[in-house]
Amino acid sequence: MTTLLALCGAAAMASSGPIAAAARRVGPRRADRLWVLLFVVGASLAAFAALLALASGGDELRAHAPFPVGEVALGLDALSALFLIAVAGLGAACACYGLAYYPAALHPDSAGRLRTAFGLASAGLAMVLLARHSLVFIAAWETMAVSSYFAVAAEDRDREVREAGFLYLVSTRVSSLCLIALFALHWAASGSLLLVPLGAGQIAPQIQSALFVLALLGFGLKAGLVPLHVWLPPAHSAAPTHVSALLSGVLIKSGIYGLVRITSLLPEPSPWWGEMVLALGVVSAVLGVAYALAQHDLKRLLAYHSVENIGIIAIGLGVALIARASAGLDTAALALAGALLHVVNHALFKGLLFLAAGAVIQRAHTRSLDALGGLGRSMPATALLFLLGAVAIVGLPPLNGFVSELLIYSSLLRMVASEDGASWISAALAAPALALTGGLALACFAKAFGTVFLGAPRHQSVSDGSDAPAAMRAPMVALALGCAFIGLAPFALAPALRNACEAVLGSALAPLAAPWRAISGVALASLALSAAGGAWLWLRLSRRPAPRTVTWDCGYAAPTQRMQYSAASFAQPLVRVFSSALLPREYGSAGVAPFPQRSAFHSEVVDAALDRIVLPSAHAVVRLAARLRVLQQGSVQQYLVYVWIAVIALLAVGGVGR
Amino acid sequence: MSAMDVLAALLVPVFFPPLLLGVIARTKALAAGRRGPPLLQPYFDLARLFRKGMVLSRTTSWVFLAGPVVGASTALLASLFVPLGAQGSLVSFPGDLIAFAYLLALGRFFTIAAALDTGSSFEGMGASREAAFSCLAEPAAFFALLVLVKLSGSTSLGAMLGPDLPQHWLHGGPSLALAVVALFIVLLAENSRIPFDDPATHLELTMIHEVMVLDHSGPALALVGFGAALKLFAYGLLLVRLATPFEVGGTVSGVGVALLELLALAALVGLVESVMARLHLLRVPSLLVGAALLGAFGVMLLVG
Repeated sequence: MTTLLALCGAAAMASSGPIAAAARRVGPRRADRLWVLLFVVGASLAAFAALLALASGGDELRAHAPFPVGEVALGLDALSALFLIAVAGLGAACACYGLAYYPAALHPDSAGRLRTAFGLASAGLAMVLLARHSLVFIAAWETMAVSSYFAVAAEDRDREVREAGFLYLVSTRVSSLCLIALFALHWAASGSLLLVPLGAGQIAPQIQSALFVLALLGFGLKAGLVPLHVWLPPAHSAAPTHVSALLSGVLIKSGIYGLVRITSLLPEPSPWWGEMVLALGVVSAVLGVAYALAQHDLKRLLAYHSVENIGIIAIGLGVALIARASAGLDTAALALAGALLHVVNHALFKGLLFLAAGAVIQRAHTRSLDALGGLGRSMPATALLFLLGAVAIVGLPPLNGFVSELLIYSSLLRMVASEDGASWISAALAAPALALTGGLALACFAKAFGTVFLGAPRHQSVSDGSDAPAAMRAPMVALALGCAFIGLAPFALAPALRNACEAVLGSALAPLAAPWRAISGVALASLALSAAGGAWLWLRLSRRPAPRTVTWDCGYAAPTQRMQYSAASFAQPLVRVFSSALLPREYGSAGVAPFPQRSAFHSEVVDAALDRIVLPSAHAVVRLAARLRVLQQGSVQQYLVYVWIAVIALLAVGGVGR
Repeated sequence: MSAMDVLAALLVPVFFPPLLLGVIARTKALAAGRRGPPLLQPYFDLARLFRKGMVLSRTTSWVFLAGPVVGASTALLASLFVPLGAQGSLVSFPGDLIAFAYLLALGRFFTIAAALDTGSSFEGMGASREAAFSCLAEPAAFFALLVLVKLSGSTSLGAMLGPDLPQHWLHGGPSLALAVVALFIVLLAENSRIPFDDPATHLELTMIHEVMVLDHSGPALALVGFGAALKLFAYGLLLVRLATPFEVGGTVSGVGVALLELLALAALVGLVESVMARLHLLRVPSLLVGAALLGAFGVMLLVG
């Protein structure tokens, strides 16, 4: 029942775009509204089904299809349901936001295509979560990947967008290739296309490890684990902002879902799987946030934070895998619950941050941090919402990021405290790395919030002096309320998380060993104490109003707005510390002579993995491929010869194999 | 915990911390051959500031006032997590050391935001340095605490620093000694003391914390000062309990001993400030990375 309901939701989301396109004659505004209505109905159906599944445990649908598909299975268990809620919730929020942010009236040639791509990508993602059959999974995965490419490349008149879109498309192809290999190997080893848990001893451990490595490559590429993240920052900054929010908030989580699902099917995880995921998570978290710190572009900065958060999620998954291999089920459940909760949390606060950034970009017409400033004055609601998102993403109480990071930390600390073998050493190295990540994220969001919303405008024409329209504000408020709810009342989610962990770990679990009441106590206390202090100060000020004057300028007579600390100068001490990883490039020089001349200084950090590894090797492949061109002369006869040779070769190989 | 313990745990963080600043100032004065201000001078300063009016910059918004408020209230909450003597702490749950660190981080976030809200390049400079140095201090603190997590097999500060601490010193003395050194360096960095920052100078370019709060005045500045004293108190309490794991019976004498040790720590900080110069800013990250490595060695010594 729940699966069927979710299937209907996905169908509604998928058909929303074509229906709106068919109803074009009613005018662009009505077509937009019709699309949003259909999409939200579909998303609500899916979310309702997911809630039912979280409460009741979900069900499966099986049907028989003709060769080569065989028996088809769809299912909705607590794990899928948790992801599906995030997809439906954030999808609906982004769709509503698009009504005011990307109206068809202003984007006549791309809005229709974008609507269709948006609906198909969301529906594809929902189907990925429902699929329990390799071929269904691949079909849904491809639908999601290709349609999200069209969503990313919506504004393809821009050269930068086309290049980012191409990089994204290539990455999705490589990812799909790995997944096809994964499912082929799974089929060859288990004899079934169904994605059901394998029995112990059914597949050799080496095959299981090969399946794990293929899953890590294919899904890691989608999720954006370092060094497979190269497509992520360009795609996020090129896409329209509400698409970036969807991409970052839920689409890249399909990689996390796939990794969790596939590892849950494999009965005997080797200890090194978890160590590897943990190591990749630590590297992604630290490097992701270090790169974010060095960015001057608001959307690129947020995109690198997705890499960081995927890293944090991977740390949780790694700990869960390690603990599962050593039969520490309680620790595994705690780590997994932290990782899954962080998936939901990241959808909420990253969605919120991207949407707030979109509101800024729409008003200020620039993404460059060094041109912004002082927007808190003209856009107070957006500023407050961005601040809430920033506090949440840094993992600070009283919002939701704190809850999931505390769960992941707790699992690491439990591993240090109670395990004896090699695993506690990895945990003891990962915990300080996570702390460093937290500190860097704090610096980065203090920078982003400070340079965009605080101080004085660095540029004259930065804003037309109005806040975001209500249609854009409402989805942001909804996401912020979600952040606050999980932060203040995390215990409400405890049963759902436990169900999801049971679905993954395949055995009944004790209630999660997390200090739920204490977390909400800390959150409430910090909120109450700060509110009390604020109220006292406000009363003081209203009794004795403070005179307003200029900022203390240290005796310098003519400070200008351009002399404020910029995003680049704020980040400079930390960029210098991480210079061996970030390889910052600096041009020009600051005037240091006794009589300073006119001088210019510019610094930038480009992605080392893209610039030094991916692009050079891609060029090498292209050069090699050019030599193969002699084979391809365009004559059909020649191609038929190739086909004939290939068939003979396959027959020969098959004969030898037999 | 008895009612007496609760009362002590609530009242001491409110009234005691400024005395530490007084002791530091007096120690520095004595070391320099001056008489110095009275020990209670920080209290007089706070009382005076609380009575005064405020001046606000036209550039600032509500975020500017949220900085001191959130900074002081989170420091107050965080200080309740650290046990006062061997009696255990007022608030204790598994993983509370994370809450301790992240509450202080929340205060730091708002302090930095308040500094950026003024639009002053000086305060931006201070904010940038504060963000950079405190984020490098974080791994050092975590490594030091992990030594204790491993030795005690527990993840709450109250239990980690509980009555079993002397046994942990017997089992992992060298590791704990390294942790103490690392935590002392973190204490100096997080509380903006020499060699990281010079709270006495008024040359803005050389300062970190002081330059961030340049525009605050009156009650807001008093909250900033109170929050800074509380932070020193919380870190100091952690450090003295770890370094001197003795058991003293009774609430009054237990708390009294802890507070005396804190005063001694303040005198030690004052001595460090008297004999050292502030580090070159580019050297500060190396010292913090060094502290993290000390903590990491402490953890490594526990392997096997």
